[in-house]
Amino acid sequence: MRKLGDILLNQKPFSEIVIGNTAIVRAMIESKTEVVTSYPGSPTPEIASAINTIPKEKRPFYFEFSVNEKVATEVAFGASINGHLSAVFFKSVGLNVAADSFVQLGLLELIGGMVIIIGDDPGANSSQNEQDNRHYAKMTYIPVFEPSDPQEAYEMYKEAAKISVKNKMPVILRLTTHVCHAKQKVNFKEYNELPLNEKSLFDVKNGPYIPITNSVFPMKKRALEKMKKMTEYSDKCNFNKTIKNNSEYGIITSGLTYLSLLDNLNNFKEKPDILKIGIINPIPQNIIKDFLKTHKEVKILEELDNIFELEIKSIAYDNKLNTKITGKTSVEEWMGEYTPEKVYEIFEKTWPSIMKDKIKYNDYIDIKVPERPAQMCPGCGHRSAFYAVKTALSDKDITVADIGCHTLGFLDPYNMGQVLLSMGHSTSTGAGLSVFNKDRNVVAFLGDSTFFHAGIPGIINAVYNKHKLTLVIMENGTTAMTGHQEHPGTGHNFNEVTDVIPVKDVLKGIGVKNIRETDAYSQEKLMSMIKESFEEEGFKVIIAKHPCMLKFTKKQRNEGTFKNSKVYIDKNICNKTYNCIEKFACPTFQKDSQGNVFVQKELCIGDGSCIQTCPVSAVKREVKEGEGNV
Amino acid sequence: MFNIYITGVGGQGIGLLSEAIIRAADYAGLTVRGVDTHGLAQRGGIVVSFVRTGNVNSPMFMKGEADLAVSLERNEALRALRDYSKNKSSVIYYNTSWQPLYVRTGKNREVTCENIENYAKLKNIRVYNIFYDKLKDIRMQNIAVLAAIYKNKLIPDIKYDNYINALNDLLDEKKFVLNRELFDNVLNA
Repeated sequence: MRKLGDILLNQKPFSEIVIGNTAIVRAMIESKTEVVTSYPGSPTPEIASAINTIPKEKRPFYFEFSVNEKVATEVAFGASINGHLSAVFFKSVGLNVAADSFVQLGLLELIGGMVIIIGDDPGANSSQNEQDNRHYAKMTYIPVFEPSDPQEAYEMYKEAAKISVKNKMPVILRLTTHVCHAKQKVNFKEYNELPLNEKSLFDVKNGPYIPITNSVFPMKKRALEKMKKMTEYSDKCNFNKTIKNNSEYGIITSGLTYLSLLDNLNNFKEKPDILKIGIINPIPQNIIKDFLKTHKEVKILEELDNIFELEIKSIAYDNKLNTKITGKTSVEEWMGEYTPEKVYEIFEKTWPSIMKDKIKYNDYIDIKVPERPAQMCPGCGHRSAFYAVKTALSDKDITVADIGCHTLGFLDPYNMGQVLLSMGHSTSTGAGLSVFNKDRNVVAFLGDSTFFHAGIPGIINAVYNKHKLTLVIMENGTTAMTGHQEHPGTGHNFNEVTDVIPVKDVLKGIGVKNIRETDAYSQEKLMSMIKESFEEEGFKVIIAKHPCMLKFTKKQRNEGTFKNSKVYIDKNICNKTYNCIEKFACPTFQKDSQGNVFVQKELCIGDGSCIQTCPVSAVKREVKEGEGNV
Repeated sequence: MFNIYITGVGGQGIGLLSEAIIRAADYAGLTVRGVDTHGLAQRGGIVVSFVRTGNVNSPMFMKGEADLAVSLERNEALRALRDYSKNKSSVIYYNTSWQPLYVRTGKNREVTCENIENYAKLKNIRVYNIFYDKLKDIRMQNIAVLAAIYKNKLIPDIKYDNYINALNDLLDEKKFVLNRELFDNVLNA
């Protein structure tokens, strides 16, 4: 087996097949990044997975998962003003959490340098929106590099780090989902190992670091002047590319969209010229001006919002250029990922005269294939909890979802969770729903990692302002959705064993008086707890606990302690009530063509949380020879 | 240029299968790009991986452009055929069904092998239906399919040693021995 951890520390240049996220880790190492922080969020958590392949004692930098993106940003900032090159990474919407501190970064002298790696998610593959974080960069005077593929992600991180250190300013590396996860052979340069720099260089003389009233203006002026310098740099930057086909038509684009466009070139009767921008804030003014000058018509091919479009049109205006510039022409062009398909569709509408008829390898022949909604895993404690909570509710009651695997409770057949905003919103949104609401019970759901991330202020508010609602904390002992990262309640941080911060103790400490706790598999108990809580005034918390079974059984399998027991349906007893399929809905229970229920053995993990849901007790545990009936 | 569309249900080991093909292609001296779609995959949703060899730019390709569709699950095999397979291409699938919710509740019909055969005929697609009843662990279905891909020469220019080297890169010693044995058994079956 090739050991990624050893490969990443190779001192000599080498090539390896990696995803974009992994390529960045090598770039961090080569750039002598000293402090790296994050909160897990798709599409970036594999950066941490790659870091984790390097044993802690060999790791040439400090890494932590912080409790949320704002904290992660602040830790990286603190390291930078102490003289250490730092990096922080998180998902698109993570920047909203980090924003309060993030917006200040451009004003300050970051003497060590700091790279902010953002995983935007066009197409909303795993996010609650597809926000375009280039807006934040404009607002905060921070330069942005945007790679198209893993090779560029690696090279651009190194350049971003260099610029950041040189100018003592933050620099953003903006990735998108399929750049993070694209896989290809990347060529890496050499790495000269140096001992860790353990100096503390923080000095107020490098500041000022306190932006208050009048002191804000010299800081803002400096930020603006740094950006002006970056505008000159942008025109010289090697990551801008022009492809000349001697056409009157030109296209300006960036990122992965550029590759989608290249794959479409054969679909043009007349191949257009292309300008691919590598540094997208500030954009290269002179290069764009020349490109506009030399083309009759230019299309701005820009995923998500129309940021280039407005800037490029203003360049044209300022330079009195009468090139025809086409930006977005329909709402569709603001939405979704610019895949090769989408890019084709855009040009089919924009420039039909220079496009070939679509080469159809096959005329699409329709056939119905069953949809496959995502679902919770076999044995998931959330399923058991949702099944129980649903039984305790009436149709008019209101349920508030939060972010995590348990968000999936909103799907059939549970329909638990009717509204979702953001990480940790559920208690406060539920509180608002409970005002002027006499006869509808409000139940909010929250995961344990999200509890620590952003859930606590809402809970304090509910206690403080005496809101009447029930919060169910779905505690599965991990950050499951993003790949089972540790959190403050697990007893481990990224690097070592640490004291557990128990959810229940925190609740008590912040004044929650009414706390119940049960295993999520104890459905009867959970049901009655919910019902009891509805009879009581004020704010109530029920902790429904069960370890994430995906993580738990994986650990058992690795340790060799996994008992491969299964359940089965006793056909003599089953009366086809279908409770197991229609209400509990563990994917293990399947139906044959005669309508008989059977257990799909590839899926069953033998957890047995289903047994109690069968009204006639037809779900039974297999008893292996030599084992008693447990 | 050769486009491979790999799919199945979260938990079936699509990532490993895809990476094994990518590495095997690289060992065979081919230029290769790929991308997995993660999303909610871990939760029993659809997982998709694109793999492309030759002179390509994006790691993704358009619908109807797959030269080979690989599915580790029967319902997903038909979806792949319908959406991604080129005319006169090939599809290989492992014949197991992880019924989607609405199949279980009776609202939708489960895809049968016959559905796949009939649909494939409309597009002149060759179908390889794989089922291996001697698996030591159901989580090795992906490698059974990989071996069948090699056995039927479904990806041009990738040789036996390339696949074995790829598996050796990706698996620890114990798993490698087991999976290599399976690979060879499928070849000789």
